[in-house]
Amino acid sequence: MNMTLSKLWHRLVQTARLSCGVPDYDVYVAHLRTHHPDRKIPTYAEFFRERQTARYKGTGGRCC
Amino acid sequence: METVATKPIGMGSKIVWAVIAMIGACCLAVVALRRGEPVNAIWIVAASIAVFLIGYRFYGRFIENYVLRMDPGRAPPSVLRNDGLDYVPTDKWVVFGHHFAAIAGAGPLVGPVLAAQMGYLPGTLWILFGVVFAGAVQDFMVLGLSVRRDARSLGHMLREELGPLAGVVAMFGLLALMMIVLAVLALVVVKALTHSPWGTFSVACTIPIALLMGVYLRWFRPGRILEVSIIGLVLLLGSIAYGAHVAATPELASFFDFDAKALAWLLIGYGFFASVLPVWLLLAPRDYLSTFLKIGTILLLAIAIFFAAPQLQMPAVSRFIDGTGPVFQGQLFPFLFITIACGSVSGWHSIIASGTTPKLLSNEGEARMVGYGGMLMEAFVAIMALIAASSLHPGVYFSMNAPSALIGTTPEHAAAVISQWGFVVTPDELTRTAHDIGETSILSRAGGAPTLAVGMAQLLHSILPGERMMAFWYHYAILFEALFILTTVDAGTRVGRFMIQEIAGLVYEPLKSTESWLGNVLATSVCVGLWGYFLYQGAVDPLGGINTLWPLFGIANQMLAAIALMLATVVTVKLKRQRYVLVPGIPAIWLVVCTLTAGWEKISGSISFTVAAQNYTQALQAGQLLAPAKNVAQMQQIITNNRVDATLTGLFMLLVLTMGAFSVYAMIKAWRSSVPTAHEAPRIALSSVVSQAS
Repeated sequence: MNMTLSKLWHRLVQTARLSCGVPDYDVYVAHLRTHHPDRKIPTYAEFFRERQTARYKGTGGRCC
Repeated sequence: METVATKPIGMGSKIVWAVIAMIGACCLAVVALRRGEPVNAIWIVAASIAVFLIGYRFYGRFIENYVLRMDPGRAPPSVLRNDGLDYVPTDKWVVFGHHFAAIAGAGPLVGPVLAAQMGYLPGTLWILFGVVFAGAVQDFMVLGLSVRRDARSLGHMLREELGPLAGVVAMFGLLALMMIVLAVLALVVVKALTHSPWGTFSVACTIPIALLMGVYLRWFRPGRILEVSIIGLVLLLGSIAYGAHVAATPELASFFDFDAKALAWLLIGYGFFASVLPVWLLLAPRDYLSTFLKIGTILLLAIAIFFAAPQLQMPAVSRFIDGTGPVFQGQLFPFLFITIACGSVSGWHSIIASGTTPKLLSNEGEARMVGYGGMLMEAFVAIMALIAASSLHPGVYFSMNAPSALIGTTPEHAAAVISQWGFVVTPDELTRTAHDIGETSILSRAGGAPTLAVGMAQLLHSILPGERMMAFWYHYAILFEALFILTTVDAGTRVGRFMIQEIAGLVYEPLKSTESWLGNVLATSVCVGLWGYFLYQGAVDPLGGINTLWPLFGIANQMLAAIALMLATVVTVKLKRQRYVLVPGIPAIWLVVCTLTAGWEKISGSISFTVAAQNYTQALQAGQLLAPAKNVAQMQQIITNNRVDATLTGLFMLLVLTMGAFSVYAMIKAWRSSVPTAHEAPRIALSSVVSQAS
């Protein structure tokens, strides 16, 4: 029960962040570890800033 | 690969679907056939849910299996190009939530409110059947096509499938549409805030609140979006509560009491700065706040309708289907289909369905839920907006939405005119409604947002009564609409700026660089100037602006939808699936017919921009002044505005015709070919990629 609740919460947070253009940080870190072990892993703050800038680069992300 | 796997339907599920179909048919019959006595909104809600379920289960699946042939065994771009950032295989509910948050906006809330002048039935039917056969088809098919093409954008797919010239034409169309969208949405805010110190104060407060949030997110607690959004929300609610005090104190109120022209200039200035400043400071935090508030408010509206279960006071079909309506001019066909764009079919969605969403989809089998299902949700929002508007007293509805040129500026005059139209209302009722919502007047607050806000306030008040609560709910609803419209304006100005730089780059290469300050400021000025021109024109328009500009917006949005559906039609033929060509083909043709007819009437009919320009020209030659112009210069301005609108409408029509010609040409070529000619990425089995990765 606790497990499903925390999973649900995680999904909600993930959805909310994604709706603001911020993908899942853990997924990105896992991706870097598996595929690019040589690269430096950014902190969440660095990751967040990079994504924030990327979101408004000009590919219409919202509707009227 | 060409085989279609379909499970036979079991007996149990056959019975369930038959029951749903019967419930839907009964509810729809009640909504459509009951006359003379008020219908409860719950019938519309139930009918909609049944129609959506059946559309999703049967038509959506038909498209999935036969037209798009979605293949769960095929690796999608998120898997093939997984970079942990843009391309990430993501849980389908998360993708659905993201997609819905991106497509939901002010559009589906405004259009149905305006269309309510024809009664609730025409709008309801167009939303229900429009979404099942056109809107959801468009979103789903564009998503399906993009997933098969490395998550390419609509523009890219048009270039590839219809030729490079078609791509350039579409790019210009998109820019024009964008400018009209921004102008119309900004005008909705102007109309809602004109001489409303309470509303203007709380909307103005969002700027310092967003700045505070931006600084907090950047320096104090980087990336804590939820935390900062809660702080922002509390401050916003505080600003609404304090707004009552501002409105009640004349010295304070005078700082926030503006006419439409002043508000238009303020918004133009704001749009410029918001899109030139670093995004983290103002744009992004406001975006977070508006995204969450939007979803929260849609839920609130659903709860309010469900618990309040209002009776619909608007007639099923009003006399204004004959084209003489005060809210927008023009007959049911084609103008209903132009007015309700976003809730039924919205071209804008094709940008999102070929933007971030296809990069996140972890499996082709989930495209129907996200693309088709997401659009059904949006249609449900439109239905709720229609219910909120139709549950208002029709007299109140018309007093809010008719321009002052028709109903005057006093409650007595307005009540007399509206009662003559057959919607009996007393001046006292109009004054009382204004008092209840904490405003001095409700007359001619066109644009949908205030009407929806009154509707929502009444619904919420009926389930959560309390002294002065209605005024709070009204200003809450105004604030949330203004908030997400302004977010669209900031972000749209930025996107428009990049588009302008791209186009300018075709002529002079260095202008393309998005890093250069000169390019930035120049392109932003051009962008703000373009939408600002239409916004200002709307603010001084004799018929109140919305009346003039909303059809232009509708034509532009449906034009883009027509282009997206043309692409889907062409690709269907190119894949040699001609027998299903009518699935995207019929809605494409329908939208072409609607946009061209509406465009033609706006150019040459009795309700056209051309005739309006002629009337003012003749008056000017005769030495007369027509309201609202107070001098010759203003008369000339109105003439120019109408000529610009007529020219723009003509350009939109030309664009539709050109894209139609490109499509027909591409289709004939593909039809003659004996092999598929679509530019799909080659199939790579999902199993092969997944086993490699692990």
